[in-house]
Amino acid sequence: MVDISIAYDRLRLEEKMLSKKVAELGHTASMIDAKAIRTGTSSTKESLGIGDVMLERCVSYYRGMFLTAIAEFAGASVINSLKVAANCGNKLFMTLLLKKAGVPTPETYFSLSAQSARERISEAGRPLVIKPLVGSWGRGVMRINDADAIDAVIEAREITDSGYDRTYYFQELVDRPPRDIRVITVGDQAVGAMYRSSDGFRTNVAAGATPEACEITGEMRELAARASGAVGGGILGVDMMEDRERGLVVHEVNNTVEFRGLASTGQADIPQSMVEFALRSAKR
Amino acid sequence: MKCPECDADIAIQDDAMSGEIVSCAECGADYELAKNGSDVELKKAETVGEDWGE
Repeated sequence: MVDISIAYDRLRLEEKMLSKKVAELGHTASMIDAKAIRTGTSSTKESLGIGDVMLERCVSYYRGMFLTAIAEFAGASVINSLKVAANCGNKLFMTLLLKKAGVPTPETYFSLSAQSARERISEAGRPLVIKPLVGSWGRGVMRINDADAIDAVIEAREITDSGYDRTYYFQELVDRPPRDIRVITVGDQAVGAMYRSSDGFRTNVAAGATPEACEITGEMRELAARASGAVGGGILGVDMMEDRERGLVVHEVNNTVEFRGLASTGQADIPQSMVEFALRSAKR
Repeated sequence: MKCPECDADIAIQDDAMSGEIVSCAECGADYELAKNGSDVELKKAETVGEDWGE
């Protein structure tokens, strides 16, 4: 019997599904509330209450990443690893890794100052999409049509003035059908996919997009595996768009993937694949 | 249980787990469930952070 720890800070349907699946497969699920942990340099896997493997499922990106660092330091096997969490959580790092690995990805631009951001929009002469370096659920993702729009973003960011806000991440507006594709990969293998349809250009389920079943094609499978490998592998959500000229392009790879939308399509037993992967990663 | 904010009744399912979020149907307040054996407590839930998501 394997002890699979499920670390959370807000228990969602996904974590309950995972816990239930662990029990169904005859193993032990120990739930770890990341908010309740008190730790230090002398902590061990045992003192932290971590079992043979830990699925990091925090909804807070930084909390989850720091917990992963602590758990790995203490000798635990964590899914996903600290390296993968760091690579996926920062869109600039992620995009560079995808490009370096030769994964088709939308043209992306980086500006390290407000002035550079203004010049980028002026030179582009076409709408671009701006995304926060760290963030999810489509929040802060905006279409920038002109100088007025980028000025408004810059002004808002100068008020909050966080270090990350001084870096501007722009992506081309891809000509595609009104949907994108979320492929869930487990150990580089695509285990499920869904279309996310939306009237707007944001296709996040959290922002109101509708999930629909999507048959995984060979091209999706191959691209998802390459994207997963580019960021370090594990359990990931690979987001793709169907560019009308170039075919599939990968625009994001997500750590701590949410899968209730895909589960609602009734297409694949995602928790089963995840738990089986955790069993293979257990360190006893 | 009673909502600490508005005193309305909040139903807790028997199979509810610690860490789950329950909402008050009347005032909309969110609470995190803390279970210790048969003891159940409602703690104020964290609000959505800018680093929340997947």
